[in-house]
Amino acid sequence: MSTSTGPAAGASAPVDTRPSAGQRFSAWFGRNAIKIYAFFAFVYLLLPVAYTFAFSFNDAGRTNLVWQGFTLENWLNPCGAPEVCGSVVNSIVVAAVVTAMATLLGTLIAFALVRHRFRGRATTNLLIFLPMATPEVVLGSSLLALFLNILIPLGFWTVVIAHIMFCISFVVVTVKARLASLDPRLEQAAMDLYATEWQAFRRITLPLVAPGIAAAALLAFSLSFDDFIITNFNSGQFTTFPKFVYVSATRGIPPQANVIATAMFIIALAIVLISQFAGKRKREA
Amino acid sequence: MAKKTDITKAEGDLYLENLTKSFGDFTAVDDLSLQVPQGSFFALLGPSGCGKTTTLRMVSGLEDPTAGRIRIGDADITHEKPYKRPVNTVFQNYALFPHMTIWDNVAFGLKRRGIKDVKKQVDDALELIQLTQVAQRKPTQLSGGQQQRVALARAIVNRPAVLLLDEPLGALDLKLRRQMQLELKRIQTEVGLTFIHVTHDQEEAMTMADTVAVMNNGIIEQMGAPTQLYESPDTAFVANFLGQSNLFPATVVEVDGEDLVLEDPDGSFRMPKSRMGRNVSTDRGARVLVGVRPEKINIAALDAAAAGPADGNFVDGVVEATSFLGVSTQYEVRTPGGEIINVFAQNLDSQDLLPVASQVRLTWKPIHGFVLDGRQDIEAGVEIDPDALVVS
Ligand SMILES: Nc1ncnc2c1ncn2[C@@H]1O[C@H](COP(=O)(O)OP(=O)(O)OP(=O)(O)O)[C@@H](O)[C@H]1O
Ligand SMILES: [Mg+2]
Repeated sequence: MSTSTGPAAGASAPVDTRPSAGQRFSAWFGRNAIKIYAFFAFVYLLLPVAYTFAFSFNDAGRTNLVWQGFTLENWLNPCGAPEVCGSVVNSIVVAAVVTAMATLLGTLIAFALVRHRFRGRATTNLLIFLPMATPEVVLGSSLLALFLNILIPLGFWTVVIAHIMFCISFVVVTVKARLASLDPRLEQAAMDLYATEWQAFRRITLPLVAPGIAAAALLAFSLSFDDFIITNFNSGQFTTFPKFVYVSATRGIPPQANVIATAMFIIALAIVLISQFAGKRKREA
Repeated sequence: MAKKTDITKAEGDLYLENLTKSFGDFTAVDDLSLQVPQGSFFALLGPSGCGKTTTLRMVSGLEDPTAGRIRIGDADITHEKPYKRPVNTVFQNYALFPHMTIWDNVAFGLKRRGIKDVKKQVDDALELIQLTQVAQRKPTQLSGGQQQRVALARAIVNRPAVLLLDEPLGALDLKLRRQMQLELKRIQTEVGLTFIHVTHDQEEAMTMADTVAVMNNGIIEQMGAPTQLYESPDTAFVANFLGQSNLFPATVVEVDGEDLVLEDPDGSFRMPKSRMGRNVSTDRGARVLVGVRPEKINIAALDAAAAGPADGNFVDGVVEATSFLGVSTQYEVRTPGGEIINVFAQNLDSQDLLPVASQVRLTWKPIHGFVLDGRQDIEAGVEIDPDALVVS
């Protein structure tokens, strides 16, 4: 009897009706392969998060690389390390402004591209993809060159402009997909039922496209909050959270950074869970 | 501003005057004129692509006419915005608002017109279509037939001067379709609005409408009461599209008093002049098409029939094929002149069935036939099988 665990083992021994250990294992594996795969995938995905979470309780002192004992101090005093909270606030403000602007502009562009035929439409469609396809280093350095050439001082506004530029692409693509699946006859039906152009837009189009716009806004926010490469080129003395973490990595990242990161993760998770729950409630209603 | 309030309240007959719509160099609707009396059920019947939807969209204001005028009573609405017209549409695909409940869908038009207390009207409309119990559901949670009724209620609740229905029953199966036809007719009688019902199902048009307009290639071939269109078609297209017709070419011999003497390969016969369609020439030698509906022809075995006097026109022939349809039997009879004539015979007595190859005599009253202009395609409108279209 061969010890091979492949299906060939079963096929080569048709006389023996009792399944061999190998056969039993392969059957069990067949039934549970997806679960096993999912388990390892989640471990792979969540291990860094778990690490970050655990080390946010580290009684670190100067450097947060080695476990030195459990403390709640970091969580009770998240702004304890210099600049941590300032950089987080900077990042949030930047992301908020960028989200508002990119979502507004991107949504308008998406409407223009889907609803209107104009010269240069195909070209615009193509150009929209460029910021997504271009390596961030290239984008960041070219923008820096641009800002230096036209003598715009680096800081909050250059970061905002740079972020809006690449976030718009993602917003346009997301909203466009939603808009393209919208039946234009719904708006016509609304106008047939005494709704003016504006009312038809507000009561029919907007609510139906809203989930797409919301998804685009969340995407823009997280892209902006997260961005390091382009920010690093164009921020000058202005510090965002990713930049703070990067810079402090040379002299030891304070555990407060882990606290912020963990809090961010929990907030994001909460948003996802709430929106899922709300969506389910809505469908069932 | 006074003029605008007039338009939303306009009422009266609907007039389409020389209405034309071109897309590029393709003319979808060509110089179309018609009048729809207030409160009537009007059917626009025609094959796919003949311009029915385009015509409706011009009336509702979703399409701008290339030329011509649209009036309701005295008010010219040709270029008015859709939301200013006292016209509502039941769309071909319903176009219900997916994010709103049935109740909100129905209330939509009333609310947009700034009517404050809409509850009673919406509830009444839902009652009319017998869907009160699903008022709080979303459109996707309804069956096709229910959605169709909601689309109807959403339009009707506004009591428009004209209600446009664009093949509203197209997506329904045959049984539901028949049921909805009766329901639509009942609702129309109950609320007394002008209905313009677009369909390519001739049976549907004939059972429901007071007036039917048969449309083809962007023009109206003929308009009138269903019985009039059926009994006295003006063109070969109408004769073939509405029900079935036997059409065969003949030439004019002479006019004899009130009769037309005609000749075809099977001999000469008479038709009353009163049975002539549009543009028929009575000159000697003019070519005409003579039509007889299959159910108006009497079929009998030749030996039996020859014993008595022939009542009206007759032709002898041989049965080529028969098919038993239950209520009737369909015969295909070939005449010596080479024509194939279809006959529907009532199944009064099953012993009467005539076998294939029997010699038969076909007789019909001249007053039951009709005479058409011979310079048109004898096959026009024939390949459209209404039963096949019901499924599509
Ligand atoms: N926006 C448009 N651009 C170009 N051609 C069009 C447009 N709308 C309609 N047409 C053409 O006009 C003709 C009439 O179209 P219409 O939709 O009125 O047909 P219909 O009678 O409603 O047909 P169906 O029974 O299939 O719905 C068709 O040949 C169609 O291709
Ligand atoms: Mg149509």
